[in-house]
Amino acid sequence: MIADRAGKGARAGPFTRADASCGTIDRPMDLQEKLAILADAAKYDASCSSSGGKGRNSLGTGGIGSTEGMGICHAYAPDGRCISLLKILLTNFCIYDCAYCVNRRSSNVRRARFTPEDVVELTLEFYRRNYIEGLFLSSGIIRSPDYTMEQLVRVARSLRTEHRFGGYIHLKTIPDASPELIDAAGRWADRLSINVEMPTETGLKSLAPEKHLGDIRGAMGRLRLAIDEAKAEKKAPRFAPAGQSTQMIVGADAASDRDVLATSTNLYTNYRLRRVYYSAFSPIPDASKILPLKPPPLVREHRLYQADWLMRFYGFAADEIAPPGDSGMLPLDIDPKLGWALRHRDRFPVDVNRASRDMLLRVPGLGVKTVDKMIAMRAHKRIRYDDLVRLRVPVRKVAPFVETVDHRPRGDRESLALRRDLREPAQPDLFG
Amino acid sequence: MYRVTLDDASDLDAWRNTARALLLAGVAPADVAWQSAGDSLFGEAGDTLPPPRATRVPAVPRRFLALAGVVLAHTDPRRHAVLYRMLWRLADGEKSLLDLATDDDVRWAYTCAKQVTRDMHKMKAFVRFREVRLDNESVYVAWFEPTHDIVTRVAPFFVRRFTGMRWSLLTPSRTAHWDGATLSFGPGAQRADAPSDDALEDLWRTYYASIFNPARLKVDAMRREMPVRYWKNLPEARLIPELVRDALPRMQAMVEKQPTVPKKKITPLQKAVDDAPEGSLTALRRQARDCRACELWKPATQTVFGEGPAHARVVVIGEQPGDQEDLAGKPFVGPAGKLFDKALGEAGIERDQLYVTNTVKHFRFEPRGKVRLHKRASAEQQAACRPWLAAEIDRIQPAALVCLGAMAAQAVFGASFRLMAQRGAWIDLPDGRRAMATVHPSYLLRVPDPDEREQAYAQFVRDLTLMREAL
Repeated sequence: MIADRAGKGARAGPFTRADASCGTIDRPMDLQEKLAILADAAKYDASCSSSGGKGRNSLGTGGIGSTEGMGICHAYAPDGRCISLLKILLTNFCIYDCAYCVNRRSSNVRRARFTPEDVVELTLEFYRRNYIEGLFLSSGIIRSPDYTMEQLVRVARSLRTEHRFGGYIHLKTIPDASPELIDAAGRWADRLSINVEMPTETGLKSLAPEKHLGDIRGAMGRLRLAIDEAKAEKKAPRFAPAGQSTQMIVGADAASDRDVLATSTNLYTNYRLRRVYYSAFSPIPDASKILPLKPPPLVREHRLYQADWLMRFYGFAADEIAPPGDSGMLPLDIDPKLGWALRHRDRFPVDVNRASRDMLLRVPGLGVKTVDKMIAMRAHKRIRYDDLVRLRVPVRKVAPFVETVDHRPRGDRESLALRRDLREPAQPDLFG
Repeated sequence: MYRVTLDDASDLDAWRNTARALLLAGVAPADVAWQSAGDSLFGEAGDTLPPPRATRVPAVPRRFLALAGVVLAHTDPRRHAVLYRMLWRLADGEKSLLDLATDDDVRWAYTCAKQVTRDMHKMKAFVRFREVRLDNESVYVAWFEPTHDIVTRVAPFFVRRFTGMRWSLLTPSRTAHWDGATLSFGPGAQRADAPSDDALEDLWRTYYASIFNPARLKVDAMRREMPVRYWKNLPEARLIPELVRDALPRMQAMVEKQPTVPKKKITPLQKAVDDAPEGSLTALRRQARDCRACELWKPATQTVFGEGPAHARVVVIGEQPGDQEDLAGKPFVGPAGKLFDKALGEAGIERDQLYVTNTVKHFRFEPRGKVRLHKRASAEQQAACRPWLAAEIDRIQPAALVCLGAMAAQAVFGASFRLMAQRGAWIDLPDGRRAMATVHPSYLLRVPDPDEREQAYAQFVRDLTLMREAL
């Protein structure tokens, strides 16, 4: 493919050795085919974040690459997901047999394998053209966890040391790899992640029989220690300055939203994860027969992200969002904050001129930025209903829960009626 | 009415100097007409201002200047006048103006700033360089059409990122060039000035098409973040209609397809054979990993089993692992462990001669925000864990036991043991071993008074020294 690099300035590119001869399945694959297979194999990992960590640029090194704290999404795919990193697997051969995974060893998916050099070149060439923020490299497990991890580390080390690459690197970490390899991974990567895969141990046992919750947690614990240590001591070698994250698959096992959120809380507290990603189990080619036939509605994943946000930035506990005693599932037709407010009508209306920041953050429809604007403003003037309109808050949603100088909600509106009024029309979820 | 002319309508310094002169001259906002040198509507030069009435402009908040800098990049011709009116009001005593988010001027300015910031962010995201060979060297050139006048503000970002490349950013109103050492700006360019293709774009489109998951079509979400107006300069965008059209059939095909039988067999990973002999300490450690005798395993990371020689003369028993021990999977590695190591050193004992373990093998904690507060294991939890300790002692057959803290002491000597009264002396156990108890090092960390703490530590070291005769 690359052999016919057209356009201005075509030259013998880095990929010319991959020739474009056509033939049977068994001929050597060219880079474009490998990329198609190994990007396809990586797309079930939801994370594409390139944020977090200290700023870094190339002014000092004369190389290329920078990270400035805030990630950049260079494109969006028609699935609405951000494309920030070159997210690929080194190989989709795998000796594990996790039922939810398109690359499990019993699947008949086409297999391919990059060399570490392929990945280095692809990353650099894409980066130079401003297609990406960096690399998110993962892999099927081949030969052994250590062998595989060593290959991943080699890519990151080559990018950093041989090519002075200052862009973002996220490496998937294999829980069973040796501590030395994990140290090396942390030395070159901005972020490391280990997927917990399933919200509960039961789910993990049934769908990923070769993975062990204990190993996963143990590896996350070691990562946290190493990250903390690097942060605490100036002289300590660099270790994953953008922290660690994980992913849970939702809807492939019987876990409820409450189970999911309880697991997230535990992970955030135990391992100071930067993010937990929720990935609604989605149909895959050549699916295992032990998987459910029907994927969960995508809006379930959306509600979990909202709940996660409430836990991280709005002071909510998992129990408040998915209270014990009911089904443990978040309603799909209203957001979890509204759900909490409707269950706690006694806490409202909130006087926006007096309420604490914490309480304002619990008002449905008010976000962190709006609340902070209101707090800055009310030091100088009394907030009126019109101010809410001018702040562009969703007044229909906010008004029943707040009090201003000139507004008090009518007290006679039953929660049920309110809920009916405020529910979101079902998203045109094509496949729900 | 005074007409003032700005050479560069987006430049902060130009606006700031003019605004300062107007303010010093006491010209009210309603009496100023702003124009830029490019506007042909008015004459080139502005009017002469009246003589200054004041010598100093009152200080304005730094964040106003930051805001003004961003707003000036907006295309709205009213920006100079609104900013001057805001400056006037700030100077006129409305010190908290910027906090009044619903004030007309403030709201307008913040809205403009947000639009400019978003435009800048999208430029950082959606610029696509194309490679050109010039004098045997690669030069990367991009054509981009921003909504606002942001090139000078965004270019430094590209310098920081692409320091080691030669590149040019071409836009209709300005261009920016980096030759590897100097950033320079020039007048606007045309699309035809940029290369029309780059060989890598096919690979990039392959990636774009492959990373898309047809089972999760969300076209609106994509359009919201990647508005259609940018598509014409994005090489991947031409794939979108086809990807969207084929998504549903692809998804249905996946769902309807029958599960297959694996054609090729990949050999699973051979698990390391458990060669630890039945009844050995290693086998015991492995069993303990999966202990579910109480609930403590659930929120914890792992079982923290004892560590040390399999036939140590002395077994040291602590209470229960803490935060660090839970993460590391090793006993006595946190702050208390470090203090223990220090005291051992002063007592002339090497830790690797000892087998160090805990009465309870799991961390018990209460989550409080991001921290895990240590919580004492209950009597039931201690009882549930007792068999592990007994088995460790049974495997190791040490000559002596050393208990750190009351929980360990009571596990060895019974519930009636009084630590502070009976510490620091060897006591013979019914099984013929000797045992001694002293405080737990974490107790030393909690003594508030420094003098008392020092005394307690010295006593602790004296107690540990007794261990030497058992080694």
